[in-house]
This record gives sequence, structure tokens and C-alpha cells, in this order.
Amino acid sequence: MARKSHVQTTINGETVEFLCESRQSLLEVLRDELYLTGAKEGCNNGNCGACSVILDGRLVNSCLVLGVETEGKSVETIEGLAEPDKLHPIQDAFLENAALQCGICTPGFIMSAKALLDQNPNPTEHEIRYWLAGNLCRCTGYDKIVRAVLDAAAAM
Amino acid sequence: MKGASFDEEIEMTENKEYKVVGTRPIRHDGVDKVTGRALYGADFQITGLLHGRVLRSPHAHARILSIDTSRAEALPGVKGVATAADLPDAEDRIADLGEGAVNLKYLCDNIFASDKVLYKGHAVAAVAATNPHIAEEACKLIDVEYEVLPPVLEVRQAMEADAPLLHETLKTTSMGETADEPSNVASHIQHKLGDPEKGFTEAEVIVEREFVTGTVHQGYIEPHNATAHFNQDGHLTIWCSTQGAFTVREQVAEILQYPISKIKVVPMEIGGGFGGKISVYIKPVAALLAKKTGKPVKVLMNRTDVFEGTGPTPASYVRVMMGATKDGKITAAEAYLAFEAGAYPGSPVGPGAMCIFAPYNIENVIIDGYDVVVNKPKTAPYRAPGAPNAAFGSESVLDEIAEKLGIDPLEIRLRNAAKEGDRRADGPIHPRIGFIETVEAAKSHPHYTAPNGKKYHGRGVASGYWFNIGLESSVTINVNADGTINLIEGSTDIGGTRASIAMQAAEVLGIPAESVNPSVVDTNSVGYTAVTGGSRTTYATGYAAYEAAQDVKRKMIERAAKLWEVDESNVQFADGMFSSINGKEEQISFRDLCGRLGETGGPVVGSGTVNPGGAGGAYATHVVDVAVDEETGKVEILRYTAVQDAGKAIHPSYVEGQIQGGAVQGIGWALNEEYIYNEEGTMTNASFLDYRMPTCLDLPMIDAVIVEVPNPGHPYGVRGVGEVPIVPPLPAIANAIYDAIGVRMTELPMSPDRLLKAMGKI
Amino acid sequence: MPTVVIPPLMRNLTSGEANITLPGTTIREVIDNLESRHPGMKERLCQEGRLKPGIAIYVNGLLTRGSLLERVDADAEIHFLPAIGGGVSEPSY
Repeated sequence: MARKSHVQTTINGETVEFLCESRQSLLEVLRDELYLTGAKEGCNNGNCGACSVILDGRLVNSCLVLGVETEGKSVETIEGLAEPDKLHPIQDAFLENAALQCGICTPGFIMSAKALLDQNPNPTEHEIRYWLAGNLCRCTGYDKIVRAVLDAAAAM
Repeated sequence: MKGASFDEEIEMTENKEYKVVGTRPIRHDGVDKVTGRALYGADFQITGLLHGRVLRSPHAHARILSIDTSRAEALPGVKGVATAADLPDAEDRIADLGEGAVNLKYLCDNIFASDKVLYKGHAVAAVAATNPHIAEEACKLIDVEYEVLPPVLEVRQAMEADAPLLHETLKTTSMGETADEPSNVASHIQHKLGDPEKGFTEAEVIVEREFVTGTVHQGYIEPHNATAHFNQDGHLTIWCSTQGAFTVREQVAEILQYPISKIKVVPMEIGGGFGGKISVYIKPVAALLAKKTGKPVKVLMNRTDVFEGTGPTPASYVRVMMGATKDGKITAAEAYLAFEAGAYPGSPVGPGAMCIFAPYNIENVIIDGYDVVVNKPKTAPYRAPGAPNAAFGSESVLDEIAEKLGIDPLEIRLRNAAKEGDRRADGPIHPRIGFIETVEAAKSHPHYTAPNGKKYHGRGVASGYWFNIGLESSVTINVNADGTINLIEGSTDIGGTRASIAMQAAEVLGIPAESVNPSVVDTNSVGYTAVTGGSRTTYATGYAAYEAAQDVKRKMIERAAKLWEVDESNVQFADGMFSSINGKEEQISFRDLCGRLGETGGPVVGSGTVNPGGAGGAYATHVVDVAVDEETGKVEILRYTAVQDAGKAIHPSYVEGQIQGGAVQGIGWALNEEYIYNEEGTMTNASFLDYRMPTCLDLPMIDAVIVEVPNPGHPYGVRGVGEVPIVPPLPAIANAIYDAIGVRMTELPMSPDRLLKAMGKI
Repeated sequence: MPTVVIPPLMRNLTSGEANITLPGTTIREVIDNLESRHPGMKERLCQEGRLKPGIAIYVNGLLTRGSLLERVDADAEIHFLPAIGGGVSEPSY
């Protein structure tokens, strides 16, 4: 069995240590080692965006990042977005716009939208569609998701 | 049981001014789903968990000569291996499972191939190990010896007399009659009305065309998953993603020959289904591995497993002929539908045949349907199964007739529109339906009246029908002392149905939607409830919630009567207030009375069980504008309007969501999506990169227009809304492309290469 | 009396007759009466005392559970159609 490495990283502002095999992706580490199951596996090859997290300020598919690569880095996941008594405005906007149906892609979309709004606080509809094209949703037809991100940008 | 009898009059609610129905509350499970806390099947954890992986066939058609698992079993970390040899002998008998009758032998063979593999990706064996990587490595160490056979990959080839046979014992059945010789044609169905031959002689214009559609997948983002555990006392628990916990229980019981009373299925949150999460694939595998290892085992599919090993919806060959008089009256219609069932019988050719001409009142019709096995994965239901394939043909042909006659395409639909009392081609008479209303709303929509005429731009319209189903649902309501209720249901929530069901109970009791706590529970904890499918959940489980709330209301009236020492007949309930009439002027709100249950007799629990027959058909009419890129052949959707009769939209936002999502799946099917096979029968695009589902960059906003023609089969007039929106997009887009480039596209998907060919550019 | 609409693929048993009116207060009685008038019908519709899988019964335009015990009105219109899925047969509760 492959030997495990010790990794220290920051997840949602907290210092976290874990052991992982070198072949384990960040997604596997988050889900199977740290029980942060908000990031989802839809394809495991970077095509669906359901596992989107923010790594050192940059949006990534966590299935395409190795766990060991996160040594010394900072990871933001869906679990860190809301405050204890208050949702993040993007989360509120998703609820108010009914921008989710089954909800499996929702954490990825919200993290992706956050990464967009972090760098472009007032995106156009086209910019939103361009940015979110890496996230697949099969339920909604995207209409309400795009509206939610527009609303969130206006609210923030 | 409500709806079990057919002469029963359903009491429509008099009060059309609803307080909760028709509003847009935040869905009850919303916060869990936007914070990542909602637990889906793959998120489930339990101590001592092993991980299972499935070995799949590399061949589309082969005989299994031997399976040797010894090298896999010897790998450190491997705890158990399972194959078809571990399944109880499947008698060749029929079991009633899932969305229809399934032959148990076929069902078992689709879990693990026994004698033959019938498609690339067919499950052959499975391994449980201490981690998923070891399980995957171990799969590669299983030695399977195959005798490769020629595959049959296309429906018309499979129907030829000399085609290689998938099943030596399969013979064509036609309404109870079985043919003598084996064939790949599993069944032939036929519907006939009037005298089609005579009808065609009365026609002044006749159009006949052939259509071919590709194999497409439901494309839910969450792969299949299952975790199973056998207790020492023989109780089996399965935590999984499914559209129907009870149908999982039935199928696993049949496959493993195990009593349903010892199986508990816990439906986790489900990441999309669209019909594809009714059949079981890895749930019995997880159970077998759990039995063998004595440990809980989680089996997950990867995306390639999902494409290659789970039900797509069929490719099909469709031929349609329609005739009409000069004023656009359709005099006769004929359809020939040949659908690929995949490896085992059971394509949705039946629904296709039922729906194909259902928007229209046509006197003379003949429809023939064939269910044909081919070396592809066993097909599974996909949103209005069969209807889009059929409508692609009929709605394209009708568009051509309208064009030849110089009649507006929506006008020709109005002239032939089916209405209450008309007979559907397969026989039954339409109840109150709202087809005409959808066409009229489309016709007067600003989209349809906007100018359209730029070069390479085109506009198309099409309509669609889906019959919807009823089936059993059970709901229990527990009343809380603070005036709220806990609502227990068995319908997995794929698109906001906790809300739409809770709202129907809230309406009855005059409480806000937020005062209901809905829970979707396991098979031990609620009455039998059929699948979340057939557009039935808000209709039937909502109906059960309505009945359970009525039961609560009756019991609460008894409590108020007791409190005021009056006869129950002297207590009224309206707008959330109980009041006494005839003498004592007493009033108490639902909430306050809930606080006095202890002194009036203890807890109040209401229950409702339904099996309603009047699901009511749903109609949709779509309008689409496209632009065709003359250099690349790419089709862009410029504007899309989808009109649909929802009967009564309980939560309009989620009705719109169903319409928008269905339309976009249809857009993907029309323009991009297909299984691309090589000659050996291997799908060459089994990833989300190469199987191209629409992204948000491919789309405009989808304007969902709800019209409401109440369904007489539901107290609030609800019609199922989930399925019909996928029916019109295929022909609507084909008709729009014709308008743009002057060529009738008859093969799906209408991908850039096909467009370039059609335009004579390659 | 109820009217049975004979499916096109079964009209070889009724010499092409499409609509047959005959007595019966349940589906079972109707099928029995159909059988005595047109022998062979029952074998096509039933096996082991139950409706054959793959066949569905509509009464007055509504899909039934496929139970032969289903009661039918005097003026009922009964269709035997290919089962389209939707669990038309008895589930295990």
C-alpha cells in the first residue's frame, strides 16, 4: 500500500493537517479524509465543476489537484462560505431565485460564482455565462442560476 | 383510498384564492443544499466502510468462457469479490418492478452478466477493498476469457432476419401472442383509429419522411451510488441515490431473493435522475459485497461507468406520414416507430406510440411500434420517455404540411387541436386538457410576433404531449404544539417537491409553508410510495398531503368541538381559524388549538394515501429562434419560449425550473448529444468533455410561460409538469433550422458537421 | 353494458370487429364473457388468473392498476393497451 504523506494546509481559514496517498486528489482528501462532502464528484476529470473550490484565490476543480499539492496553501470550500447565523449573499440569491433543483451542482456553482464576484463584482450576463461554462447543471437550464448571480452581484 | 375507484367525483376546492398555493416560498431543504450540508449518497459515511468497484466488459457482444478472480482476491486490501455466480438463480419469470414489468432473468443479467456480455460496459464482477484505488486495481486482476461475437448496433440492422441474435430465446410478442422464431424484435404494438387508407385518399397534401435519432443519456451530475450493510440478524440497509426507495426495495428483494421486510432503503439526497435512477445497477452489488465481507460496502460509479453501464434513452428510427386538406385539416396520420431497447427488452416505444399524435384530433390513424434489442446499454426512462423521438417526426412533418399549404404553423395546430372529449389515437378519450391554451399563448407571445427574417436566422415551433401518471403515495402529518406540522413522505425530492408537497398541506390547514417541516424518509418509516417519476410527485404525493391535511383538519375539528362542548357539526374551519356556529361564538386559530391538544385528547396524526387515476395530460408549445453559422454549421439558440399547461402551479418558480430544464435537455438532444460508437460497439465519447451537454454559455434565458387549465383529477388542479417540456425542442429546433437554411434536418443531433453537409459545404 | 375496444393486433380473434359490447360488472367478468364469444381472448390477456405483464387496462380513459377485480360501470369503455411502464402491475407494499 502506498505510503502516506503528511500535509498541512489552511481550509476555510483553519489550519488543517492530514495524511494522504500521493495519488489522492484534493477532492478525495476533502471528502474521504476530512469529511467535507460539500464538494461533489460528478466526473473526476475536470469537466463538470461540481467539485469547484478556491485554492489560493483561484478557482480550481479539486478533482484535478492532488492533496499533497495543497501543502502550505489556502483552500476555500462551500462549508466555509456562510457565517454561523447568516448565509453568504450568493447563497441567499440561489435560494430566492430557486436556482437549484437537485442541488448536486450547487456548491460548485456557488464557489465558482464567488470566485467570479471576487474579481469582477459587476459582471454582465454574458460574463457570468462565460465564467460558469465550466460548471454543468442538468436540472435548471441555467436561467435561474444566471439570475441568482446577477442578483448576488447587485446585493454585494 | 382516494382515487382507487373510477366513478369517484373529486371535490375541487371552491376557493380559487389560495393563500399558499401559487406563492414562491424558499424551499425547505434549500439552506442544506446551498451550504453543502445536504447528504447525497456518496457523502454517506459509516464505521468500517469498504469500497466497491465494478469490472465491466470491454466487448459489446461476447460469450463469457471463464472468470478467474483468484489474482484479485490475493491483492492485499481486497476483502471480497462478487460475480453472477453469487446471485440466486434467476428463474425466467416476470416480476413487477420499477416503471413496468421486468423479466427477472434480464434484470439479474444486467446486474452481472452470466452467460453473455451484451454491451461494452456490462458489469461482470465487483470487488470490495479497504479503499477505492485498491478495488480498482483488483478489478484489473480479474481474468475474464471471452469469445467475441459480432455486435448489432443499430435498430434497423437488428430487425433484419439474418442479424446476430442477442438472446436466443427472445421471440416477438404482439398483445399477448408470441412468434415462433427468435428475433431481436421483443415486441410489436399497434394503435389504429378509423380508416387511414381512406383518410389519405381524402388528403390534398401528403408528407412522408424518415427520421433517425441518436442514443442520449439522462446526464444527471451525480453518478449512481449505494452503500449496503447486513446486520447479523439479516437486516439489510441500503443508503443510496434513487428516484424511488420502494422500487429499490422491490428490485433488490427480487434479485437477491430476499424478503422485503428485511430490507430497508434509505433514500439520500439525489443529484438528478430524469428517469435514470429507477432501475438498480450497483445496489444489489453493494448488498452482495456487504453480505460476503460482513462489512458495510460503498459502491460508486465513475462518469464512464454511468455512460457505458446505465440506461440511456434509445436511438430510434421513425417514419411519419401525414395528409391534410387544403385548409389544413389533417385527414390521416401514420407512424412507424422502431426503438432500440438496448441489451434487454423494454424501450419506451409504447409511450412514444401513445404520445405521437396526441396533440391532434385525427380521425384516421395507424401507429406501429417495435421494441428492438441491440448491443448497447439497457435503456432506462428519460423524461417523457419515447415522446421526444416520436414528436421529432410528427412535429417536423406537420411543419412541412403547414409550409406547403401556406398556413401559419401555430394556426394549423389550432385547427387540429385535441380537446376534451376527443379520442386519442390509442383509444382513450381526452379529459379536460389545455393544449389549445398553450398554442394560443405561444401565438400571442411577443417572441412569436417579433420580426424574424435575417439571413441564416430562423424560427420554429413545435408542440408536445405527455400523459403523466398517478400511482401510490402516502403521507403522514404529525401536529406540533406550536402550530407547525411535521410532514412525512416517501418521494425523493429532485426538484423542490418537499416545498410543493408541503404547500398543499399548508393550504388545507391555513398555515404558512414555513410552518411545515417535510421529511423524506426510509421505507420502514412511511407508507408505500411509488417513484419520483412520470411527473407524478407534486400531483400524487401532493394529493396524499392534501388528504393527510384533511384528516388533520377533521381531527382538529373534533378537538375544537370538545373544547367548546359543542357538536362537531357546529365547528367550521376557514382561513386557519376554527369557529363555532349555532349559538356559542367561539374562535380559535389552528396554532392555538395545537397548543391545547394535550387537554383535548393527545397527539393528532393525520394520514393520506392515494392512487389517483386522473393524472391529466400535459401539453407544451415551444417557440425558438436560431442562428446558423454558415461557416462552421454551429446552431446558436437566440431566443427560446416554452409555454406549458401546468394545471395549477403550486410553486411557480419550480414549475418554471422544470420547464427551463426540460427545454435545455431537449436543446442538448437536438444539437449536440449522442453516443458515438465505433464498429466494435465502444462508445468513444464517454466523458462530459466529449458527450457535449449544454453549458450556460450555449444558452439564452429560457422564457417559461405557465398557463393553467386545472386538472379535474386533483383538488388544486395540478398537472405533472416535469416531462413534457423535453418533447417539443427537438422538432422546434429542426423547424427553426429549416426556416434558417431551407433544409429539413431529419437526423439527430443536428451537429455542425450535419449542418455543413445539409448546406452543401462539405 | 360495458364496451371493450379490441386492440388492432387482437382483431384477428374477432373477425375484425373493433368494439364489442357485452355484460360484466368487473374486468374479470368482461374478459370471461369476451372469451365465450371469441375464444382465445383470455389466453392473450391473462395468465395464471392475472393480467399478462405488458398489457394495461384503461377504463373510461383512466389507467387502472390492472386488477381483474376492478369494477366497471354499465356504460364503461374498456381498452386493453400495451403497458407503457409506470408500474401498472401490483407492487409489493
